[in-house]
Order: sequence, then C-alpha cells, then structure tokens
Amino acid sequence: MHELGVTFYVIKDVKKIAEDNNVYKVDSVTLEIGQVSGVIHEQLQDCWKWAIKKEPIMDCAKLLIEEIPAVTFCENCKKTYATVPQGKICPHCGSDRTYLTQGNEFNIKEIEVLDQPHEVILSEE
Amino acid sequence: MTECNMRRDERVETPVAEGSTNETRKVRVIEVKESVFHQNDVEAEALRAELSQKGVFMMNVMSSPGSGKTTALCALVNRLKEHLRIGVMDVDIETSLDASCVAEATGVKSLQIHNGGLCHIDAEMTKRAIDAFGVEDLDLVILENIGNLVCPAEFDTGSHMSMMLLSVPEGDDKPLKYPLMFSVCDLIVISKIDTLEFFDFSLEKATANIRALNPNATILTISAKTGEGMDVLADYVMKRVKG
Repeated sequence: MHELGVTFYVIKDVKKIAEDNNVYKVDSVTLEIGQVSGVIHEQLQDCWKWAIKKEPIMDCAKLLIEEIPAVTFCENCKKTYATVPQGKICPHCGSDRTYLTQGNEFNIKEIEVLDQPHEVILSEE
Repeated sequence: MTECNMRRDERVETPVAEGSTNETRKVRVIEVKESVFHQNDVEAEALRAELSQKGVFMMNVMSSPGSGKTTALCALVNRLKEHLRIGVMDVDIETSLDASCVAEATGVKSLQIHNGGLCHIDAEMTKRAIDAFGVEDLDLVILENIGNLVCPAEFDTGSHMSMMLLSVPEGDDKPLKYPLMFSVCDLIVISKIDTLEFFDFSLEKATANIRALNPNATILTISAKTGEGMDVLADYVMKRVKG
C-alpha cells in the first residue's frame, strides 16, 4: 500500500527534525499534498494513526493536510486550466501539448511542537 | 487528561485552573517546507555517483506482478553475460524464488532482498543491498524492483537507467492508468508479444499512450519465450552500460 510507505517517510523526516530541535513532543504535522499526487487522504490518516504509536516523540501528533489544486499549462495557447476534470487536453484550444505546473506535491509544510510537557504560570495576584 | 487527549481545539477552551495557577501549553511552529522525497533524492544522487566512480552501471527494472520480469531478465542476462560482468538483485516481499531462478537460469551472481512488506525499495535500502552484495567486480547491476506500478515510480533508487515492462495481457491502456510509472522510465519494453494474437492489444495504441506521457522514452517489443526482439534489447542495454 502506497500510503503506508510514504507515512514512514514523513515519520522519519519529522522525527529527525524534532530530535534536531530538542523538542519534547510533536503536536501536529502539516503536509501539502497535490490534488493529483495520488495520495488518498483518508488512508494516509489511518496509516498515520497506526504508525505514530511506535514513535514516542510523536505518538499523539495530529496529521493536518492542505491540498494544493492541480493546474495545467498549455504550451499552445499559453493559458492555464484546472487539471481536474479536464485532464491533458486543453479546454481552451484542444491541444495536448500541456504540462502540470502544480498539483503533484508531497511536502512537509510545518510541524508544531511542544518544548516541555506543560507550563504552569503562577498568577501575579 | 493525558497529553495525548489534549487536542488543539480542546486546548483553546481549557478552563483556567482554579486558584492562582493558569495552566497553558506552549506550542512552537517549525517551518519545514521540504518534499517528503527530498532526502531519498539526496541519497539516490550519492549512490549514483558512488557507483559511477566504481565503474558500475545500475539498471532499475519495474513492472506489474506477473508481467514476466524475471523471465525477460534471464533472457537478457544470458545475451549479455559474455560481454559484461553482471549481478542481479531481486526485491520481493517473500521467498527467494526469483533470485534462485535467475541464478539457475543464468549462472550470474544474484541476491534476494526481502524488503519487509513495503511496496517499493528506496535509495537507502538499495545502498544497503549494494554494500552487502559487493559490486566492485561488476559492470552491470540489475535491480529487479517489486512488482508494482505505483510506488516504485516515486522513489529514485540511485540507478542510472529505469526500464519498465508492459506485458501484452495487461492491456494497451495501462499507461493511462499508471501515468507516473510511464513518465519516469527511459526504456519501456512491451513484453510477451508472442501472445498478441490472443489479446485485444494494439501496439499503435500502446505506443501512442506512452508517447503522450513520455515523448523521449525508448520503446521496444520482446518475447522472452521466442527470443523475438531480445537482441535489440540487449544491444540497447549494452550501449547504455558502455556510455
């Protein structure tokens, strides 16, 4: 299953970042996933919940997903269009000389971390 | 409440503790902005450079399960083994069938890699396999990837060339269903062409579908069973290895 493989990749990267930054726990991980990257969000969430249990530094981390819309550029008429649902054929001029400009991403955007378990602030009163 | 159960939305509404304490949690944001595949790409580039320096050419072979990878590779290796020192690394989830099959049919050095049930092999795993295999005495290393058209396409293994097999029984519309795989390969081999008369497979359609995705790919046709097209394939690989 593709989602499980990429989940391990995300976990490996996040774990390294967390350790390099001396964090206590990872609170959330935000991914940017292209609309046509082929990753199914629900399956990724299921894999995530299962896989993070093995990693104490991120065993409660929430997975947040931001989708990047797929955009295709037409070399013939120099216009762009939404890849889904048109596909490879340009809806403006009918050309197939088109290529994807965005929508295939699979990035870790940011992670939210806790530096210590919690903080108790004594009130000034 | 455990750490785990304290979710972001709940935290906002966490009531101020009674008395003189106010319990808060400080969350810090670390910007990453990096592709998940970035690290693999770095490792793949390093492995490619290391192999080139040793004079070893690595070829990554991908396809669906059952497309005839092992049979085609045995036929290819038998045509090349007099001219090149070859090693074959077979990746599978279970069994050593493929590696022993290749060893028996060709007599070249082979290694079975079990990748622990994952859907692909990445650069780091390939590097470990290469180190265990020992490639100093080889000209060509063939990496027979997991039978899968989705995941192996995403992961650069550090090879110098990617070849994929599309067998006639799979259908000429396969490129439409698995576009990434057909986009990333240098060489696409249509296999089992001895079965063309039994299937509604159009070579023209398949070629057009592949060309639409990957205009620069080399497309060859073979039958490992009858030997048709095998010499052309062997010549192509030979040329790539010799640079």
